[in-house]
This record gives sequence, structure tokens and C-alpha cells, in this order.
Amino acid sequence: MAYFQIDKLVKYFGGLAAVNGVSFEVGQGEIFGLIGPNGSGKTTTFNMISGYHRPTSGRVLFQGREIHQLPTHKICHLGIGRTFQVVKPLGRMTVLDNVIAAAYSRTNSHHKAKEEALKTIDFCGLMPVKDVLAKALPIAGRKRLEITRAMATRPELLLLDETAAGLNPSELVEAIDLIRKIRANGTTIVIIEHIMHVIMTISDRIHAINFGQTIAEGTPKEVAANQAVIEAYLGTDYA
Amino acid sequence: MKKSLPPLVFVALLAGLPLIMKDNYYLHLMILFLMWVVIGSAWNLIAGYTGQVSFGDAAFFGCGAYTAGLLATHLGVSTWWGLALGGFTAIAVGLPFGWICFRMRGAYFALATLALNEVLRHGATIAEDFTGGMVGILIMPSFMSKIPYYYIALALAVASLASLQWVVRSKPGYYFVSIREDQDAAESLGVNTHLYKMLSLAYAAFWTGMAGALYMNYMGFIDPNVVFSLHDISIMAILVGIVGGVGTVYGPAVGAFVMVAVQELFRSGFFGLFKWLGAVSGSASLVKVAEVLTQAHVLGFGILVVVVILVLPNGIVGDWPKIRKRVFRLDAGA
Amino acid sequence: MDVFLQTLVAGILKGGLYALIGIGMTLIMGVMGIINLAHGQLMMLAMYVTFVLSTMGVDPYFALLIAMPLLFLLGVAIQKFLLNPLIKADTILPENQVLMTVGIGMVLTEIVRFIFSSDYKYITTTYSNQTFYFGNISFSSALTIAFVIAITFTVAMFFFLIKTDLGRSIRATAQDKDAATLMGVNTGRITVITFGLGSGLVAAAGCLLAPVYYIFPDLGGPFTAKAFIITILGGLGSTVGAIFGGVTLGLAESMGATYFGMEYEDIIGLTIFVLVLLFLPGGFKRLTKI
Repeated sequence: MAYFQIDKLVKYFGGLAAVNGVSFEVGQGEIFGLIGPNGSGKTTTFNMISGYHRPTSGRVLFQGREIHQLPTHKICHLGIGRTFQVVKPLGRMTVLDNVIAAAYSRTNSHHKAKEEALKTIDFCGLMPVKDVLAKALPIAGRKRLEITRAMATRPELLLLDETAAGLNPSELVEAIDLIRKIRANGTTIVIIEHIMHVIMTISDRIHAINFGQTIAEGTPKEVAANQAVIEAYLGTDYA
Repeated sequence: MKKSLPPLVFVALLAGLPLIMKDNYYLHLMILFLMWVVIGSAWNLIAGYTGQVSFGDAAFFGCGAYTAGLLATHLGVSTWWGLALGGFTAIAVGLPFGWICFRMRGAYFALATLALNEVLRHGATIAEDFTGGMVGILIMPSFMSKIPYYYIALALAVASLASLQWVVRSKPGYYFVSIREDQDAAESLGVNTHLYKMLSLAYAAFWTGMAGALYMNYMGFIDPNVVFSLHDISIMAILVGIVGGVGTVYGPAVGAFVMVAVQELFRSGFFGLFKWLGAVSGSASLVKVAEVLTQAHVLGFGILVVVVILVLPNGIVGDWPKIRKRVFRLDAGA
Repeated sequence: MDVFLQTLVAGILKGGLYALIGIGMTLIMGVMGIINLAHGQLMMLAMYVTFVLSTMGVDPYFALLIAMPLLFLLGVAIQKFLLNPLIKADTILPENQVLMTVGIGMVLTEIVRFIFSSDYKYITTTYSNQTFYFGNISFSSALTIAFVIAITFTVAMFFFLIKTDLGRSIRATAQDKDAATLMGVNTGRITVITFGLGSGLVAAAGCLLAPVYYIFPDLGGPFTAKAFIITILGGLGSTVGAIFGGVTLGLAESMGATYFGMEYEDIIGLTIFVLVLLFLPGGFKRLTKI
């Protein structure tokens, strides 16, 4: 029984198959990368895992349990957290309140929620801005807030959707550090990323998809050398 | 403790008011004001805090009012039982109401609540055997003096504000605002958004229903066009909230005061000021102005609504820094 | 059978007029996403304009040529000075715009009441009570003319939106305001023009209705409600949908009045409204993609 697996996931939007039979397994404690050109179905896959879309067919299993029919908030309670590609800050709440709202998923006490929130904010390095309104944060701060919020729900599996997009080089280094820290803390990670430097550096294994189907899986080195992957990203001239 | 001092002082002042203010006219206005505090604050929770802007709160008000009235006409029981039960019947109506409306978002949701409001209004008119139809319900008031009603209204208003204060600072409070800010993000953080939207609706329905029951008891007469009124109840509730400031605990209380005062101001021709001026100065044109003002009071009210929305989009409490700056020429604080 | 056919005819004729009322609103809602709760009041205003002109000897059908541009300009002014400023304001709830239209509706109603009082006014023309017969079924002349003119306008609107540049700009703004701006569409101007167009169209409906209905300040409310039902039935921004919605509502009201009783007229419309919101969100448009 794999720690986390998706099994022949398919999603049709009208006549278009956004995801067409993708399967992979993730081991506990892994950092598992998901790559593919724009429109290849990565975020749709995440949406199916976290319950925003029902798969047309296929299954999602977490610790042996089928979760693809569950509503999103239940999936969060089961221990799967996610960030969004287009960040969704709770704009008119402060950073602290954003994270308290997330921490409430594990407790009913304001005191405990605040405590947990402050701990998570400290862990993720947002202490200096904890009282700033979320909508006043620049993009790097918002991306970090996405991660912090998800972390406050104490996930066992964290889905990161392009958390590095829009960051400058020094912010990228910090983001990579944070992701490593999260894994060291015991959270399994599945990460979608376009920035090759990031995903190749931190992933243990990578799964590549294009047009909703698997084209390669393996270690970063293996996938980088794979014919189909190169074709998908750079075109047939470079293959 | 320090923070709750000003409100407590205020409540004490309000409690002592009937001792100094004996005029029934002003007591009546105060009772209306207190009733609108309850309705406005209830709407504020579902709209200002949870972001679901309901255009149909009269549905709950009417339910509460009719519960009280029908208890009397059908069961021969005192209408005061309506205060206890009105809130719950409103919730009972509110749940299917919410189940239908929450499937939609934004403008569609608002329209759906408006439509359901109207369905209830027409329904109450058509179901003559049950509700008395257009004839309405008439009861004997329990008290001759307005003072008992004043204190009941005051108790209701204080209770509703206290409960709002408590809810806003609790877990549901955080969840409501997160739904308003980004419903999808809230779901991903473990918030059962459907459940919490229903909870906020139930809260709003409960308090608005109680206000309706109070209205039945106080006014002694209701009919479908009064208590299910789109303009006089549903939209007034929205105005109270928006003028005062949504998403703040005391905003609607301020809004209630302003709207009741302004409505009365126009209706009475600036409390008879121009009439008095005309009488005193013997000027016929001033008297004419007074007449015109009283006739056109709804117009004046409408113009005021338009102006306030343009100038203070976040309400009096919400735009307070802006007001301080402009009116008092103070800097908007550090 | 005759009763049924008669009811059917009455419903369809009414439906044409309703389509004209609905098309203005569906444009406004589709393009700007705001609920215009003053729509019926704009129609009411047009009816009073028609009334005043009729006292001066102008036939209602000519009044069309005056009332439509007049209301168009009013609509433009309302959008430009009262509604556009609200779009920019940063508020917690976006519903301020809707409330503003409530205020505007109130002001329009009260101004009219002030000038004309609440008395019912009538316009009688030679054709107000005229009917002609097709077999055993009577057709109200005025409503039939109204139907023809209404459908003409609606079809013209349809081609305007599809074939002309301005029409395409309007549709673009309705689909995605930001994208349209990036494509060079002056969306500020478009919203203003659209509100004007919507007002002009509902003004036409008012002129056409005036000969056969009674005129009073408070008639705005019920007609605004009808406009919503038609808009939701037909789908936001869809001209064909407005025709479908209008005729459906007209038929439902007609059938309801004949077979259930006059007092059920309004509640039928509302029930349809709720049912469509529940089971066919997006309206008729979703079925046809126009």
C-alpha cells in the first residue's frame, strides 16, 4: 500500500480530456515533483486530489483510503494541505489572522489556534509581517503566506502549486530552504513547478506529464535526459 | 475590560432614558431604532462578515411577526410567545431558503433571496385562510405605555450586539470572514463552507425573526405588505448596514440610528422646524417649504441614500478616518 | 380549446413586450454585472413622458422617438456620474452598486409622484381598445403592434451586437472586462453606453405599453421584478434568451391567470424564477450558447 497514490485519473471538461489516465505513487517523506508544459493538466490533477473537481474516472488514495469523492474541507482534515497557483490570501485579514483561521482546523480554542499560528509563522519566517494585512504583502510574501497557512493545518501531505513563480533569485533560495525544512519536519511534499532549477534540485523523484498523460518518471537526472520531456519543453528540434 | 467600558456606559444611559424622556413620540423612535439595531446587526453577520449579501431578510422578519400573530389568532396564546418561538420559525424557514440560495454566488444569490422574499410575501397574501391574507392580523396590545416595549427592545438590542461581539471573536467568526474573503481558500483550510454559510443564515434569521415578533407585539397590526416588505424591511436592513459600516460590530447600530433619525427627519419636515420658522416669521414661503418637505420626504430620503453611498462607500464606521479628516480637519491618525 | 388558444395568444403578445423589457436588463447585467433595481422605474418614467406628450397630441408610437433618446441620455448620465465612481471604490461588499440603483429608483419614483401625484393616469388612443379577430381568437391591436415593434427591436439588437464594432465591444466587455481593455476597448465608455442602451430599450417598452396599461408612480417595482425573471430565464447578456424569457413569462402569467386565478400571476413568475435559478443556472442561454 503506497502512502499516497493516484490511479488512472481522468478528467474531462466538455469534450476535452485535461487529465487522461495519470497514475503515480508517492512514498512517505518524499519530495515528489510534477512537471509539464502549460496546460498539461498539473493543476487539474491537484484540484482532483484536493476535491475541487470530481474525477471523471480513476481514484485517489491516501494511506490506503479512497478520498476522491470527499469534499475539500474533509480532505484537509485528513491531512492533505495545498497552496494555490494563483495565490488566494484572505486579503482583509492580517497574516496572523490568516494563519489562525487555518490553525482552527485542528482545535476549537482561540488560545491554542493563536499559539499554533505563531509557531507556524515563526517556522516559515513570516514573523516580521505577522500584523500586516494580507493584501498589502508583495508576491513573495503572499506565496509564503500560502505555504504558512497550509502548514498551520498540520498536513501530512502538502501539495505545492508553483510556489516559486514570480520570485527573484534570493527569494528562490529562501523558498527552496523552506521546502526542505518542511520535509525535514516530517511532511511529504508533492510539488508542481516550472522553474527547473527549483524542482530538479529538491525533488527525490519527478513525474512528467503532457496533454494530460504521463511521459516520464524517475530521478531528476533521468527525467532531464528523457527524449519525450525534452521534446515537450523545448520542441522536437532539440530532442 | 477597558474596551467594553464605553458601550456599557452607553447602555446604562439608554436604560435611564425613559426617566428623562417622557414624550411618546421620541420613545417610539427609540424603539424603532433599537429594533433596527437588531435587524441590521443580524444582516451584518451574514452579509458584512460572511459576504453573502441577502436582499430578503424581510422573509425572516415576517416569519417572526406572523409566528407571534398566528399564535394569537389560531391558538389563542399570548403573542409574547412569539418572541420565544419567532426566532426558531424564522430559522426553520431560513434553512430551505439558504439551501436554495447558497447554491449560487454573488448577484445570483442576492436575486434569489429577493425572489424568495417576494414568494413569501405573495404566499402570505394568498394563504388567506391561514394568515388572514391582506386583512392582516390585529391584536390587543399588552401594555398601554410604551416603556415596557422600550425595555424589551433595549434588552433585545443589547443581547444581539453582545452575541455578535462574541461570535465575531470566536472560531465561527474567523471562518465567516474567510468565506467572505475567499471561499475556495477557506475550503482548503478545512472550513465546511456550506455548513458555516447556513450557520450565519440561521443566526441572521433568528435575530431578525425575534425583531419581527417584537414588532407584532408592539405595533399590534401586521399584514404581508408591511412585514414582508422588500423596500421597507429588506432594503432598509441593507441600508442600515451599509450606511453604518459592514463588517464592524457597531456599524449597524450607528446605521440604525442614522437611518431612523433621517427617515423621521424628512417625514416630519425636519421635525417641524420649517413650519415653526414659518409661523414665527410669518413668512408664507417658509411654510410652503415645510409642506413640500413633508410631502417629498421619501424623495429626500432617496437622495440621501444616493449621496451617502457615493461619499461613504464603507459606511460611517468604516470610513470614519475619512470623516475625521474631512469634517474635523484631523489627520487620520498614525 | 378556444380559451386555451386565447390564453396562448395573450401570453405570447405580452411576451414580446416583456422581451423588450428584459433585453435592456440582460445587457446591463451581462456587461456590468450589476443588478439594476431601477429598471422598472426607468420604464415608468418613459410612460409618463408618453403621457405628457399625449396631452400635447403626440401619438405614443411617435413618443417612442422622443422617449427613447431621452432615457438613453438619462441612463448614460446615471452610469457615468453615479455608478462608475462606485466601481473604483474599495469596499468590503460589491453590492453598493445595487443599492445605488435602489436609491435612484426611489428618487425617480418620488420625483414623478411629486409632479404628477399618485393618481392613475390613462392614455386613450383610437386603438387602445381595438381588437381584431382571427377565427375565434381576439387579438388586441395595441399589443399586437407592440409585439411586432418589440420583436423588431430585439432582432435589431441581436444583429447590432453580432455585426457591429460597437456591439462586439459590448460583448467583449461582458465576457471579460480586463481582457477587453487590453484589446483596446474603452470599457468605461462601453459601460456608459450599455446602460444608456438598456434604458432606451426599456423606454420603448414603456411607450408601447402605455396605451393599454394604467400609469402610476409605483409601477416600477413589479416590472423590475419581471425584468429579472426574464433575464435569469434567458441567461445574462443573451438577446435570444430575452425573447425566450419574455415569452415564457408572458405565457406563464397568462396561463396562471386563466387557470388558477388573477392573484397567482405574480407568484407564478417568482416560482419560475426560483426553479430556473435552481435547475438551470445560466438560463436558456446555456442550452443554445448564444
